[in-house]
Amino acid sequence: MSLIQLLIDGIASGCIYGLVALGFVLIYKATETINFAQGDILMLGAFVAFSLIGVFELPYILGFLLTVLIIGSFGFALDTVVIRQVIGQPPFATVMLTIGLGFVFRGFASIFWGTDIYSFATPFSGKITEFNGLIISYVNLSIIIGTIVLMTALYLFFTLSKIGVAMRASSENQLAAYYMGIPVKLIFSLIWAISAGVAAVAGVLLAPITLVDTSISLIGLKAFAAAVLGGFGSIPGAIVGGIIIGVVEQLCGTYENYLFEGIREISAYLVLLLVLIIYPRGLFSDKAEVKKV
Amino acid sequence: MRFIFKTNYDQDINIVRHNGDRISYGLLVAAMIIMPFFIDDFYLGELSYVFILAIAGIGLMILSGYTGLASLGHAAFLGVGAYTHAFLLTNGIPFYYSIIIAVAVSFFVGAAIGFPILRLTGMYLAIATLAFGFIAEHVFIRWEHFTGGNRGMVVPTPEFAGISFYDSATFYYVCLISLILSMFAAINILRSPTGRAFVAIRDSEIAAQSLGVNIGRYKALSFAISAGFTGLAGALLAHYIGYLAPDIFNIFLSLTLLLLIVVGGMGSLHGTIYGAIFVGSLPQMIAIGRDYLPSSIASQPGLEPLLFGLILVLFILYEPLGIYGRWLKIKLFFEMFPTYKKQTFKKQKTFTKSDRV
Repeated sequence: MSLIQLLIDGIASGCIYGLVALGFVLIYKATETINFAQGDILMLGAFVAFSLIGVFELPYILGFLLTVLIIGSFGFALDTVVIRQVIGQPPFATVMLTIGLGFVFRGFASIFWGTDIYSFATPFSGKITEFNGLIISYVNLSIIIGTIVLMTALYLFFTLSKIGVAMRASSENQLAAYYMGIPVKLIFSLIWAISAGVAAVAGVLLAPITLVDTSISLIGLKAFAAAVLGGFGSIPGAIVGGIIIGVVEQLCGTYENYLFEGIREISAYLVLLLVLIIYPRGLFSDKAEVKKV
Repeated sequence: MRFIFKTNYDQDINIVRHNGDRISYGLLVAAMIIMPFFIDDFYLGELSYVFILAIAGIGLMILSGYTGLASLGHAAFLGVGAYTHAFLLTNGIPFYYSIIIAVAVSFFVGAAIGFPILRLTGMYLAIATLAFGFIAEHVFIRWEHFTGGNRGMVVPTPEFAGISFYDSATFYYVCLISLILSMFAAINILRSPTGRAFVAIRDSEIAAQSLGVNIGRYKALSFAISAGFTGLAGALLAHYIGYLAPDIFNIFLSLTLLLLIVVGGMGSLHGTIYGAIFVGSLPQMIAIGRDYLPSSIASQPGLEPLLFGLILVLFILYEPLGIYGRWLKIKLFFEMFPTYKKQTFKKQKTFTKSDRV
């Protein structure tokens, strides 16, 4: 397999990591808490999409949008009902809370949907296109294009819409934003909704590759590597970090024989630890940046 | 209500605060010592397991409850202790040396991990420990020479004063003695300047630094001590399980340990015991609960993580001080009766501390 072929596969899986990392970053920038349940929300997204598209046989696009809507409102409710209660407590409390929630989601999913591995038909499954001798699957293409579209939409939302600007203001300075008449609590819940929605998008896009079962929530942990690499506070950083992690993972998988066996599964964590040890600021640290989301 | 009239600064750090403590804890230890004569082997085994959990809980409590650092990968240290101990026993090292070496290895692995990541703030540390936990799990799978890989590893049963470890009473006493020694060590660490430094770091890093506490060093020390205790628990756990497979030491076990300290009560050594009893008896409670659930739900393997997560969430939201905190509240209610005020234990809200400058 040529190197470029590897890169494309890596970029596609990296986009998924990037999208999940984006969810971390949005929440972290706004509320300075880290949502350890992000991967589990992705898993819920994939399962809901499976129910809508696979079981109720809705058209793919409709099922997709409905999934994002459902998971987005779920994220909104999660913040209003649960997360908000621990604001002002030490970070340990939120860490534990979101981890606990993650396990609740995973347990719920395995009770509600069972432990089988599911798949559902997508317009992309099994199709490939050839381009200059490179074989690109439609699934990978859909992930990359989906990420680009989502990023553009988010960028426009944060720069042009009033709510988006209010979100940036609230992450910049809660108190000042509150004095300016921005409903900070509502804005935070909306950010949770967006973050959950992004995770749902990632889940639905990922579903044709990994199939749907509870273990895909582990993606959330690998996405930490992406977020940390990107500087944990920068949206482009999250995506770039995700792509780097995806590519590194692909390369480690291919050259496993030259390195050591099993490096593929832990490469993301190794990168994470190395970045934290050597350069904890990350690539796109927001220290000097003016624009924040 | 008992008022302790302090006439000496030493009274602030005495192990026993008053004679009542001496009597009650003495009775508790005596009851534990005569326990094997009254209960059968199954419950003795369960009790040993609770002791092992409590030792691991002490380790994590020093790190999380007293130094304020979250570790999501503590199962790895259980694994390090367990595998080191089992490996040494297999190679004919006597039990006493082997368990001490296991603790030492865990301590140094903790220090080695702690030093590079000690610079990180709370949440980064949590992420780093999570990553470490996963890497350790894979090392246990892949390092077949040392761990037996996925095939697993049989833990040899040493002779202990002529009696085999399979005798549950012997194992019970080994666990009990280990727990008492660990508890004693932990109490002494925590009342020493080192322990005070830990608490200072937990309450305010800036204040601690201003008072001359070398934050990095003490964080790493706390991590290493914590790993050492957990390693001891791991070594004992190896005997309890009897057969080591790498998938035991997964993130779910780390979560169980966190559940233990949160349910028991953050920042109290009493809490580790309560938490250990709770976590140790939870599988039985779930098993009993399954009988009352519709079979479609009861037969699901996801029930356990769901309940563990749910209990964790509920405790964080509604009883952040855990079982020990509830006990303090009940005690104070009767001591102050009828003037008890709920506000005494009200959660103090602070402005969200910002990592940003």
